[in-house]
Parts: sequence; structure tokens; C-alpha cells
Amino acid sequence: MFFYVLRRLLYAIPIALGVTLISFLLVYLAPGDPLNAIAPSDAPAETIAALKVAYGLDKPLPMQYGLWLLRAVQGDLGVSIASGRPVAAEVLTAVRNTLVLAGIAGAIGIFFGCLLGALAGYWHGSWIDRIATFLSVIGVSVPHYWLGMVLTIIFSTWLAWFPAMGAGPGGSAEWLWDYAHMRHLVLPAITLCVIPLGIITRTVRALVADMLDQEFVIALRARGLSNATIFKHVAKNTAPTVLAVSGLQLGYLMGGSILVETVFAWPGTGFLLNTAIFQRDIPVLQGTILILCMFFVALNLIVDIIQPLIDPRMARA
Amino acid sequence: MSAIKPLVSVEHLSLAFTGNRKAQALTDVSFHLHAGEVLGLLGESGSGKSVTLRTLLRLHSERTTQISGLITVDGLDVLALNSRALQAYRGATTSMIFQEPGLAFDPVYTIGQQIVEVILAHEAVNHSVARHRALEMLDRVQIPQARRRFDAYPHELSGGMRQRAMIALALACKPKLLLADEPTTALDATVQIQILLLLRELQKETGMAVIFVTHDIGAAVEIADRIAVMYGGRIAEENAVAGIVQHPSHPYTAGLLGATVDSSHRGKPLISIPGSPPNLANLPPGCPFAPRCTSASDQCRTECPSVVESPAHADLASPPRLACWHPIR
Ligand SMILES: Nc1ncnc2c1ncn2[C@@H]1O[C@H](COP(=O)(O)OP(=O)(O)OP(=O)(O)O)[C@@H](O)[C@H]1O
Ligand SMILES: [Mg+2]
Repeated sequence: MFFYVLRRLLYAIPIALGVTLISFLLVYLAPGDPLNAIAPSDAPAETIAALKVAYGLDKPLPMQYGLWLLRAVQGDLGVSIASGRPVAAEVLTAVRNTLVLAGIAGAIGIFFGCLLGALAGYWHGSWIDRIATFLSVIGVSVPHYWLGMVLTIIFSTWLAWFPAMGAGPGGSAEWLWDYAHMRHLVLPAITLCVIPLGIITRTVRALVADMLDQEFVIALRARGLSNATIFKHVAKNTAPTVLAVSGLQLGYLMGGSILVETVFAWPGTGFLLNTAIFQRDIPVLQGTILILCMFFVALNLIVDIIQPLIDPRMARA
Repeated sequence: MSAIKPLVSVEHLSLAFTGNRKAQALTDVSFHLHAGEVLGLLGESGSGKSVTLRTLLRLHSERTTQISGLITVDGLDVLALNSRALQAYRGATTSMIFQEPGLAFDPVYTIGQQIVEVILAHEAVNHSVARHRALEMLDRVQIPQARRRFDAYPHELSGGMRQRAMIALALACKPKLLLADEPTTALDATVQIQILLLLRELQKETGMAVIFVTHDIGAAVEIADRIAVMYGGRIAEENAVAGIVQHPSHPYTAGLLGATVDSSHRGKPLISIPGSPPNLANLPPGCPFAPRCTSASDQCRTECPSVVESPAHADLASPPRLACWHPIR
């Protein structure tokens, strides 16, 4: 087990390095010269040359990458072109806000997805199964920005129960765990939890239904174990897969909520990315993508390490 | 029959699967088993052997099966037990070992955890007593280094060791009836014999009754007191081992044994009979074996014989119970 963890950690290093390389190269993959975003198109050649030196763009590419990486490791992601503030600070605030939203939405989605999926799988073919299947199809197929708008119209515009915009009163970007801020969380969290809810319900349902037909579950029944005990066995056997799917969903929520964050003007990473794209704010784009990818790598690493603790067969793979 | 009440009595048991896959899996199956007796259930693939065993533990989904008849084990009306009584019955009065021990253990719990769990489910003992008993059981089925194997996961043991552990688990609560569904089929030949010998030894030691399902006549002869031959979800013939081997009376039994059986048959698979087993979703009206039987008459094709103590064989030392219009004399 120790060597397994060590191996996973070692595997994560080249992946993380690859991620930094791709984040860095994004600037060059994007159409147009990165300088176009900074300098007016009719700027004199001397200005452009000076800017090139200032941003380090005159050096060869590998060297630029090396310098960028060195600074990134020290927490320096450069300066935002649009706001002039350090990118690291902007990304950190956004990550915090997104963590709150994605964490709550993910928790709701994973909890109710597991519950609904387990019930549906246990009594597959029954009415509860049909309800769960219906809900999960809706969750997966309804466009969530549309759902967000509908919820806003109903609960914000008509009923005025919940605020529609921002993470706190007065458009504050600083998250606090108080009533005023939580009210802002309700609609985006509900909108965002629908996807993981649908996907996890579907996964758990299929896993549990399939598991109940397996020889070992019949054997557990033959031993005279109670339904609760058998359920415990089934849960432990399905846990590694559910964990992997949940980790993936959390990862998507971290970065994939661009549309929802934009609809609700939630000052998170998705909102930040969206703004950065429109402003061609390349340092912010780079920094945000880098941090999000690192989250993905870390989540996968955590899942990889927990899985064999549950199912010992996986430690050998 | 003897005056003592049998431990197991199955009377006119019929079972139909009514779900997606429909099948009349059992028809009018009756047999009795006394304490300490070993019954071998013999028959081709699909003849209903496993279904019979699983019905004895009521393991089929109630929604998709239709059962009629009576099953009594140790005085319990098995088909009428409520869920609590059924839990107490399963694993304690009657327990089961499976063909594929690798599939019958929960892969994410250790062998020891699973044995302890069964003991705790059935007996009012504390964890350390249960643990002690589980280790004792592992020793009893001759697993070397039982202490180490106790903490092993099923995939860490060889097939033979897993089956031994499965036997330890099944016997942990001292069942009166052990159901063994082809417990040696999935194992290597040498391991098969070891497991068979172990089972026989444990059966003698504990005095439990055993129903032993097998394809292997050699194994059945080795371990059983009586043999019931199944065909198409029915019992074709039932008799003491010596009776079956020396004087097979049902044409199907005779076919299975290849006319004469001697010790050279031991360990070999059954000789195949031309034709294929009946389709249980659409059984013919007469004797299920009639389409493959060389002595079948019109009566055989229209009327199904029921199992009776054959008057034609009353003079034999061990007369069979038989379902045949034209038994071999
Ligand atoms: N759950 C089920 N639903 C529908 N049909 C079933 C089900 N389980 C078993 N059957 C059918 O019942 C018949 C008897 O099956 P069973 O498993 O008892 O055969 P068997 O004698 O044990 O054969 P084998 O030697 O291959 O194990 C088969 O035709 C099988 O297809
Ligand atoms: Mg079988």
C-alpha cells in the first residue's frame, strides 16, 4: 500500500508538469498575437518591442516557460492586464467562491444521487426507480444555464425569495458563512447540483442493480444476514466506482460552471474565465486554468489513493 | 420408510420462473432426507439441481417465481417462514457452499471478517468469541497458517483454499443441513479429491445431512448414501447408491451411467446421451425424457409418469423410486 501511494504520487508529477506546459502554451495556441491584447494595433514598433521585453516575450519559448514556471511555483502568476492586480490574488478569491458553490452543489448532488440511485437500484422496476430514472434524464439533459434562468425568473423576479446576482449583498466578492450570503447561494447551488445528481443517480442505480444479481450477494443472503448488513456489503463494493465518478463530477463543477456562474454573476473561477476570455486577459486565463487543472490532478490523486483502501484488489493494478 | 421423522422433506415442489426468462424449472419434486444422510443430486446441465438447492433456502426473487408444494427442514415450514425466521434459518439450520468460491465471497471483506459476521448474525456471542471460533473453523478445514489466512482477502487465496474457507464459513454455525452445489467442479483434479475427502470427513464428524449436487458420478458414489437423478425439472429415479449403480432402472439413469459403471468411471464426466435436454419454457406433455428415449411409447409422449416405488422392482434388495412407464428390468 505504501508503494502504491508512492507510485501514484510519482505518476502525478509528470501529469502536473504537462498541465503547466499546456496552460502556458495556451497563449500561443490562441489565435492572434498575445501582444495585440496589450498594445493598441497602431502602436509604434518601439512600444511593441519594449512591451515584448517587459513581458519577457523576446526570450526563446522554453526559457519563457521555465521562468513562468519558476514564478508560478513561488505563487507569482503575473499581473492581470485588465485590472492590474496580481493574478494569484484574483484567482484565489475566485477559487474560494467556486469551492463554496461547487462544494455545496456537489455535496447535494452526490448525497441525493447516491440515495436515489441506491433506492432505484434496490427496487429496480418499481415506481421509485421510474421517478429516479426520469429525474436523472432531466438532470443530464436540461441545459443548466436555462434552468438557472428559469429559477431566477420564478424565485427571484416573481416571488422575490432569493437574490439572483452575486455572492453576497452589494455585489461583494468576499464570501462569508452568514444568512445574507447563503441566500445568494441557494439558486446557483440548486442549478448546479442537477448535473452531478443526474449522473450519480444513474451510476449508482446501475451499479446497485447489477450488484444485487451477483453470486456473492446471493451468497450473503444464503448466510442469513440481515438486509441492512447486505446493504452495507453492496455499498462497500460500489463505493470505489461511486467515488471515482463523484471526484470527476466535483472536478467538472470546479471549472465547468462557467455558464451558471455567468448567469448568476457568481464571482468564481468560471465567471473569472469568462471575463478573462472577453478581455483577452491572458495572464488571468493562464493562471485560472493552471489552478483548475491542478485541482483536477489533486482530486484524481485523492480518489486513486482512497479506492484501494476500500477495495484491496485495486492496489495491485 | 423408517419411523423417525426425516430432517428434510420436500413434497410436490414445483417452481416456475415468471420474469423475463420464463421456465417451468421444477415439477412435482419430492424427496426426504434423514439427519446424517448424504443425498447426491445428479443430472445434466439445466435439469434443475441448483434451483432445487436455492429453493431450499428460498433464494429466488419472490416477485418472479411461483412456488407450490411443501418444504420442511428440521420441523420448519420453510416456504411459510417470515423474513426474520428465514434469516435465522439461512446459514444456521441450513447453509450452502457454492461452485465458484471466488464468486461467493464478498471481495472487499477479509475471509475472517466474513466468518465472524455470520457467527455474530446467528449467535449471541461477543466479537472475540466469534473470532476464536472462526480461527478454529479455519483450522478444522485444514487451512495452513489459519491466522494469516484469517486476514487475507478472497483474491489472495488459491481456489482450493477459498473452497476450504467457504466450507469453514458454511459450517461455522453448525448447520443441520449443508447444501453443496458442485463444490468441486471449478477446482483442479487433485484439489477436487482433497475437498471431497474433507467434506466427507466433516460430515461424519458433525453428523449433518448433506445434499450434494454434481455432474460427476464418481464423486456422487464417493460421498453419497443415496442418489436422486433429475431430468427436466423432475426426479427420474432415486435409490441407494448401490441400487443406482448396480441396477439403474430409468433409461435416463442407465444412459448416464453408460450401461455399466465400474470404478474406471470415477472422476470422469457423464457419458453424453444423444439429443438435448428439454426446453423448460415449453415442456412436452408427456415424459420429458421421451424424445431422447429409445424405449418411448405413445403413452410416454402424452402422459407424464409420476414418481412411485416401482412394483416391478419390489424384489430387489434396494427398490428404486421411479418415474417411468417402461423401466429397465
Ligand atoms: N432466475 C432464473 N430465471 C429463469 N430461469 C432460470 C433462472 N434460474 C435458472 N433458470 C432455469 O432453470 C433451469 C434449471 O437451472 P439450474 O441452474 O437448476 O440447472 P442445474 O441443474 O443446476 O444445471 P448446471 O449443472 O448447469 O448447474 C435452467 O433451464 C435455467 O435456465
Ligand atoms: Mg447448477
